[in-house]
Amino acid sequence: MGKVTGFLEFEREGAASRAVSERIRDWKEVPLPVDGALLRQQGARCMDCGIPFCHQGCPLGNIIPDWNDLVYRNHWRDAIDALHATNNFPEFTGRLCPAPCEASCVVAIGSEAVSIKLIEKTIIERAWEEGWVVPEPPASETGRSVAVVGSGPAGLACAQQLRRVGHRVTVLERADKVGGLLRYGIPEFKMEKRVLDRRLAQMEAEGIEFKTGVHVGVNLDAATLRAKYDALVLCGGACQARDLPIPGVNSRAYTLHWSTSRRQTGELRENRSPKPRPSAPRGRKSSSLVAETQAPTAWARRTVSIARACTSLRLSLVRPTHARPRIRGRNGTTSFVYPAPTKRAVSVSIRLARRSSSETTAAG
Amino acid sequence: MDDSELMKQGLYDPRYEHDSCGVGFLVHLKGERSHRIVRDAITALNNLNHRGACGCEVNTGDGAGVLIQIPHEFFLEKCTPWGIRLPGAREYGAGCLFMPKHPDQAIHGKRLFEEIVVEEGQRFLGWRPVPTSNHSLGASAITREPAMAQAFVGCGSGIDATDQFERKLYVIRKRFESALNASGMHGYRQFYFCSLSCHTLVYKGMLTPWQLDLYFPDLREPSLRSSFCMFHSRFSTNTFPNWQLAHPYRMIAHNGEINTLRGNINWMRARETLMESELFDPGDVRKLLPIIAEGQSDTASIDNVVELLVKAGRSPAQAMTMLIPEAWENHQSMSQEKKDFYDFQSRLMEPWDGPASIVVTDGKTIGATLDRNGLRPSRYWVSRDALVIMASEVGVLDIPPDQIAGKGRLEPGKMFLIDLDSQRIVDDEELKSGLAASRPYSTWLRERRVTLDGLPEAPYVPQSDAESLLRRQLTFGYTQEDLKYILGPMAKDGLWAIGSMGTDTPLAVLSDRPQLLYNYFKQLFAQVTNPPLDPIREELVTTVSTSLGPEDNLLAERVNALQQISLPSFVLTNRDAARIRYLDGWRGFRTEILPMLFRAEEGSAGMRWALENLFRKAKAAIESGASILFLSDRGTDAEHAPIPSLLACSGLHHFLVREQIRTRAGLVVESGDCREVHHFCLLLGYGAAAINPYLAFESIERMVAEGQLEGIDTGEAVESFIKAVYKGVVKVMSKMGISTISGYHGAQIFEAIGLNERFIDRYFPNTPSRIRGIGVEEITRETLTHHCSAFPKRPHARKSLPCGGQYQWRRNGEHHLFNPETVYTLQRATRSGNYEVFKSYSDRVNDQGKRLCTLRGLMEFNFDQRRPIPVDEVESVDSIVKRFCTGAMSYGSISAEAHSTLAIAMNRLGGWSNTGEGGEDPERFLPLPNGDSRRSRIKQVASGRFGVTSGYLVSADELQIKMAQGAKPGEGGELPGHKVYPWIAKTRHTTPGVGLISPPPHHDIYSIEDLAQLIFDLKNANPRARISVKLVAEVGVGTVAAGVAKAHADVVLVSGHDGGTGASPLTSIKHAGIPWELGLAETQQTLVLNNLRDRIVVQTDGQLKTGRDVVVAALLGAEEFGFASAPLVTLGCVMMRVCHQDTCPVGVATQNPELRKRFQGRPEHVVNFFRFIAQEVRELMAQLGFRTMDAMIGRSDLLDMREAIDHHKARGLDFSEIFHRPVPGQTVEYRRTMPQDHGLADALDLQLLQHFAIRRILDLPQRVRWCPAVQEEMATKKVVPNLSEVEIPRAELELPIRNVNRTLGTLLGSEITRRFGLEGLPDDSIRIKFGGSAGQSFGAFLPRGITLILEGDSNDYVGKGLSGGKIVAFPPKTSTFRAEDNVLIGNVALYGATGGRAFFRGRAGERFCVRNSGAFAVAEGTGDHCCEYMTGGVVVVLGPTGRNFAAGMSGGVAFVLDEAGDFGVRCNPEMVNIEPVDDPEDHQVILQLLREHLENTGSSVALRLLGDWDDAVRKLVKVMPKECGRDLQDEGRARLHPEWVVNAEAAGQTEAADRQIEAAGVPHG
Repeated sequence: MGKVTGFLEFEREGAASRAVSERIRDWKEVPLPVDGALLRQQGARCMDCGIPFCHQGCPLGNIIPDWNDLVYRNHWRDAIDALHATNNFPEFTGRLCPAPCEASCVVAIGSEAVSIKLIEKTIIERAWEEGWVVPEPPASETGRSVAVVGSGPAGLACAQQLRRVGHRVTVLERADKVGGLLRYGIPEFKMEKRVLDRRLAQMEAEGIEFKTGVHVGVNLDAATLRAKYDALVLCGGACQARDLPIPGVNSRAYTLHWSTSRRQTGELRENRSPKPRPSAPRGRKSSSLVAETQAPTAWARRTVSIARACTSLRLSLVRPTHARPRIRGRNGTTSFVYPAPTKRAVSVSIRLARRSSSETTAAG
Repeated sequence: MDDSELMKQGLYDPRYEHDSCGVGFLVHLKGERSHRIVRDAITALNNLNHRGACGCEVNTGDGAGVLIQIPHEFFLEKCTPWGIRLPGAREYGAGCLFMPKHPDQAIHGKRLFEEIVVEEGQRFLGWRPVPTSNHSLGASAITREPAMAQAFVGCGSGIDATDQFERKLYVIRKRFESALNASGMHGYRQFYFCSLSCHTLVYKGMLTPWQLDLYFPDLREPSLRSSFCMFHSRFSTNTFPNWQLAHPYRMIAHNGEINTLRGNINWMRARETLMESELFDPGDVRKLLPIIAEGQSDTASIDNVVELLVKAGRSPAQAMTMLIPEAWENHQSMSQEKKDFYDFQSRLMEPWDGPASIVVTDGKTIGATLDRNGLRPSRYWVSRDALVIMASEVGVLDIPPDQIAGKGRLEPGKMFLIDLDSQRIVDDEELKSGLAASRPYSTWLRERRVTLDGLPEAPYVPQSDAESLLRRQLTFGYTQEDLKYILGPMAKDGLWAIGSMGTDTPLAVLSDRPQLLYNYFKQLFAQVTNPPLDPIREELVTTVSTSLGPEDNLLAERVNALQQISLPSFVLTNRDAARIRYLDGWRGFRTEILPMLFRAEEGSAGMRWALENLFRKAKAAIESGASILFLSDRGTDAEHAPIPSLLACSGLHHFLVREQIRTRAGLVVESGDCREVHHFCLLLGYGAAAINPYLAFESIERMVAEGQLEGIDTGEAVESFIKAVYKGVVKVMSKMGISTISGYHGAQIFEAIGLNERFIDRYFPNTPSRIRGIGVEEITRETLTHHCSAFPKRPHARKSLPCGGQYQWRRNGEHHLFNPETVYTLQRATRSGNYEVFKSYSDRVNDQGKRLCTLRGLMEFNFDQRRPIPVDEVESVDSIVKRFCTGAMSYGSISAEAHSTLAIAMNRLGGWSNTGEGGEDPERFLPLPNGDSRRSRIKQVASGRFGVTSGYLVSADELQIKMAQGAKPGEGGELPGHKVYPWIAKTRHTTPGVGLISPPPHHDIYSIEDLAQLIFDLKNANPRARISVKLVAEVGVGTVAAGVAKAHADVVLVSGHDGGTGASPLTSIKHAGIPWELGLAETQQTLVLNNLRDRIVVQTDGQLKTGRDVVVAALLGAEEFGFASAPLVTLGCVMMRVCHQDTCPVGVATQNPELRKRFQGRPEHVVNFFRFIAQEVRELMAQLGFRTMDAMIGRSDLLDMREAIDHHKARGLDFSEIFHRPVPGQTVEYRRTMPQDHGLADALDLQLLQHFAIRRILDLPQRVRWCPAVQEEMATKKVVPNLSEVEIPRAELELPIRNVNRTLGTLLGSEITRRFGLEGLPDDSIRIKFGGSAGQSFGAFLPRGITLILEGDSNDYVGKGLSGGKIVAFPPKTSTFRAEDNVLIGNVALYGATGGRAFFRGRAGERFCVRNSGAFAVAEGTGDHCCEYMTGGVVVVLGPTGRNFAAGMSGGVAFVLDEAGDFGVRCNPEMVNIEPVDDPEDHQVILQLLREHLENTGSSVALRLLGDWDDAVRKLVKVMPKECGRDLQDEGRARLHPEWVVNAEAAGQTEAADRQIEAAGVPHG
């Protein structure tokens, strides 16, 4: 139940970042691991609300107060169980999620939100370290087979749930590697690919079969697929940035983050040395980047790696004004739905001096 | 009027009628028979008129009657003309028979009776028509007036003793009753024998006391002589004409109520087959059955049993000690013999528990007894000419003071008996020692008693199985919340969990989630007609011990009755359960194990079959000698699902009752599904004697192993859990006013919501369930859903329990009306003032198409019945909002900011805000510079009486008596010490940092006539305010509301069960009370049926959230509407549900100055909310075609149940009873149309106000305006800032007084306060001296400046709420008894006093100075529970005290003269220390008070003590609250709350206000 008066006693504290000088030399993640004691204090700040708005705000419906409390009481093992109960891959969401839970946190009415995302990430990392995350193959087989088309977060979660109740699951991926958005959409500095691979290994051990290079409808027709499997789940990704209603967005002056991400990942895969590399269009003094997100800070950080070659960079963030992404389906088959009529692009620009300390600027 | 009209209709059911009354007797000790006794008794009865009531007609009473000896001479004279030849005295029996008016019907009954007399071998002598004269009666009494005739039966030949003849008469009467019932003859219900005896005769009827001898001319005949006369005047909650319900019954008259009635009736039925008696002729005992006729009142039922026991050879005294034993279990000073006597009796009969002052007679002795709590007043006088008068009040008869030999009162659990044969008074001690010695009870017990510890060890104790635990938890429907909220706190702290903000989840029958059967039952609780108890502070009357095993013949007293196992409590550990399980014939005990399992695949047929099989096996086992039935659901697996243990237990209990073999075996339940206090209560209430909750134990074990309960081991955790269960169950019993487990056992104090008739009749007979619903099918389905989650068809097993979501919102959990979306939209709507957004909020709340939540969600409007009108023709928003009020939330529970924001908003709207029970800072009486007012128009008067001063009362527009609260009916509020900040303590007249307790009952309301008295008191204290009574919905609330209307309240508020709260046990939040829809509809129907609706406003509240809710409530009969949770949400509340922790993060429900800074609410938000609601109401009214709210009230015909409900459980519901509209007459009103008559016109105070000396004072220039809102009309008069500028003339008066002059000085006091403010006048400005016996509430709420002097004695509630005035009482100068040995004033004196002084030369009754928070008082002896819950002031007791002194005392100080040196055992040391008086300051205080006492009363005790002060000091002891060591306390407080020291000022308290409070609360001198 958290500490009753915790939110009055402790301030919010987050993870420290690696020094800029260090992190411009590699592709690795930016935040440093946090101390357990600090995290317990952060867990103590949770008020265990009668209506936990964070739990509502979370697209997955994570039962956040429960594991906040378990962390506060040092029950890490129970915490990962509580976290896994609603979330197949906390290590992804703990890094990548824009944390609408924190925006909904009741503590934030009078002070700063509980560091929910940090707690989430730390719980799962601790669980991996302790060896608590192990393959959980089904106790018995149902004898049915399911094909999951697409290996993004939705496809993976779906596959894991289906496998655990005993179905034979095959995941079909068009690209050469499994992961979809997780592999080709998320830059390394936000989530290192080893995190994904670690999870895929568990899933394979649970008996999930992954097939890459299968482009359903192109090199495998639907009829064959339907004949071969008892059920199909379509979890295809977007693969295309959504149209952003900003004048001139298609001009050469802008770079959409999606393309930079893909290129970056490709560079990494080719084992090129992790040296600072200009990823923005070469030869320009300044550059513009457009991203759709709700968390400017994270993206400001990201820009550091892009801005290396530029003297200045303009970052345009597009935020839906009040509609939060709504969730459809249960865990494992999550998909985000942006209600079109409510989306209104608002462009926020942040100017960065070259090689400035991005955090401080971005915070403003 | 036909019988059928009296019968159940709609939600009204006559079985919930309550009554209460004035009772007493008059007896000549020497047995001298005279007509004067009867005359005097009738005079006395007339002086108790105010304790009775009348309904819609002033000349229709609820009942009055007398019981006298057979007036032989009178009968000789009167019978001759009718040809009846009477034998000698006591050789014939006589009795009055009520008959149908129709002569043909009457003659049938008479014939039947005559035949039975002859068949029983007696002689029938004849009928004498009873002369009556009904010209004074009201119409409704006349419509039901029976014909009356006295029957005379002569003694047959074979009978030589009067006792034997008396028994025969009893058999004849019982046979006559059974024969009538069996005949089904038209009008058979109207035959009724008032009595049939050779000793006593009853005259009674539906009369007021003054009509009694007008109606029965017999009573005026001088030849009608008796040596005693028992009398009774009835106050019933209803006005349905019923002549039979008048008292006295055949042997008793009763003031009070039996709470355990249903259980008592069942048990009596169950033991009928075992009854045998040699005193009766062979076969006669069978003719007496059923002993208790079905469908009678509680008094009639207990009378039936007393009659049986006495006729079967026990003395009336012994019968009464069996039925209403005193609290012997925990009695420290009672002799072992007496305890053994009670112990033995307890094996034969469970207590009939409840408040009771019962007078009993068999014609040879007459006596009175009082319940173990002493909850009814019973006073007696003995005169020098051998007259003894016992009555509910003193002063009912004028006896010259010098003729009085002694005055006393009946003490709790004690008896008072007059033996007419030996012509003397037998006191309690002699009586009970005699009874205890009448048989060798102690020897029997020593030899035969079997205790749990004495049982042999079991060969095998079932072990925990961690492996399968989760699976079994799932089978029994455990959720994570069960661990977190239920088992966790119970196992860790031995306490039940506390929650806040009520409940907004669906009723079990509307929930989508599978529910335990337990959740369909709601606990009943006491309100108004009987008091709840305080099991913590008054623990000495409660007990959890019980016994298990067969009962013996009730009519014998044999050692066989001890063939039972004494259990110290009803919870069995695994070891104890195993010992009982494997008894196997040890000392004749045989246990039959009955598995509560059914085959899952067979579904409901399987469950039904398994139940029937279980019943069959149980019967066979009993017949072959088993004495313990052991129900167990161990052994569940994939094939076998558990039968809900409550279903198996209750089903079996009732099956065995029906088979009449229930008392031959005890029931033990070993079950995995019971874990909450509520579950244990239900199992006990439906027949289980002992329970083994093995899965709860195992779950706790697991929690300990997993480190979820830090700092304790498994043993401690289990022990704490068991302790918490005891405490919890005792608390639940206490809410109904029941103090023993054996009384609660089988008493089924519950009502069901959503269970259908067939199911209830089969398995839970006589449990009210009024909207039908589900049955075995659905129950099985829910059980199997749980079972299926444990043994899923798919192999993917759950790794953890489901989340639950009952207490906290969870996305996958139970639905809540307040959820993230509704909270957010409501806040956005009211902050922005956007009605469109508000509509989206209310749509979300109202749309229960998918997720049902409330009963009203299933209702829909009949829009097509009336033509719609345009919205602009509807009554305006401004007018509708005047019907809205905010809920009673105390200052203390919520912050000053939130509290005054609500008040400002409601005042702007012209609606009503409510202080709650925490008093109000006088600063708030003054308007703010911008014209806003922070004064709450409704001032609440709750049981704690915090801050209830004369000024508080005068400053109100409405005074609300809180009888119960939706979230915790039957319990008192508690403000934990850490929330009692200095500014709170100041407003409440208490000490900062010390927790505050409100007693569960109002100690001046133990029954309906007491409520009438408090209403009268408050009306006197502020004649301009309307008086409201707050009730909580439960079955029977309509009947209570009718009583409230008859007690002259102006408003009755029916709250739903789901209302918010600052803090309440979760058990109460979830399981007590019912939705307002049911309570309101029942209230409306009952009031209309009684033709009482026209005189009282009906208000409702409980999770009202939208305009639609308001319209539904209006159509069901409400005129005004209360909102609490929703306005709080507009002020920022986000349903944290932590109000009790003082950590509210939005500054609403906290006193912490840091958090209060976060408060964002503004009056505009609240104003927006209410205007939006009103607008919604208007829109709906337009659609329904109503122009005014008034036209809409009570139009339940415009409501319908929603069609096409596809919810699998809700389908079976039926609301037709809710929508029922009674139409008793043409002229009946459905809303309030006329004012109540409060009877103030007769008040003696009006004479006082006219007196020239007092007028002179009242006409003085007034003090500066202290509360302009109530002083308007004085605006033109001269005001002075300071009274010292004016010379105050003194007023001295002298007047006679008698007991009918109630609430004396209060009206005068209110006028003084209104004019001169909170400080009142200088001491002794007005001195009034009275001679005689004062009525109740003498000097209530007396402000400073008035002194009342009483030479005589007084009834209950002297100086209630004393606010600075002075009261002096002493016996008449001419009396000859020793003042200090005699009772001078009644019970509950100085209740809730906040200041002033009181001196009593004589003893006080029970609960002297209860909740005193500032008065200085001296008395010369007190009853039990003196200084209970006291928080301030000084009490000096110069004589013996009763037991439980200073229970719950957290402030103030008491000094007791302990001459015998045994005060220690009578003091409750829980919260106080007893110290010697060695502080010189204390000496000064006592000396000062003693001198004043002597000077005012002439006390000889004071004189003696002052004469030898050094000796006196040695005998005095000081009683001091432990928490109250001043320095220590300040230090502790500073440590706990450093901000108190600096922030007291910042909290909005100005010095001026401080001074005002001090002036109001602290006495001068």
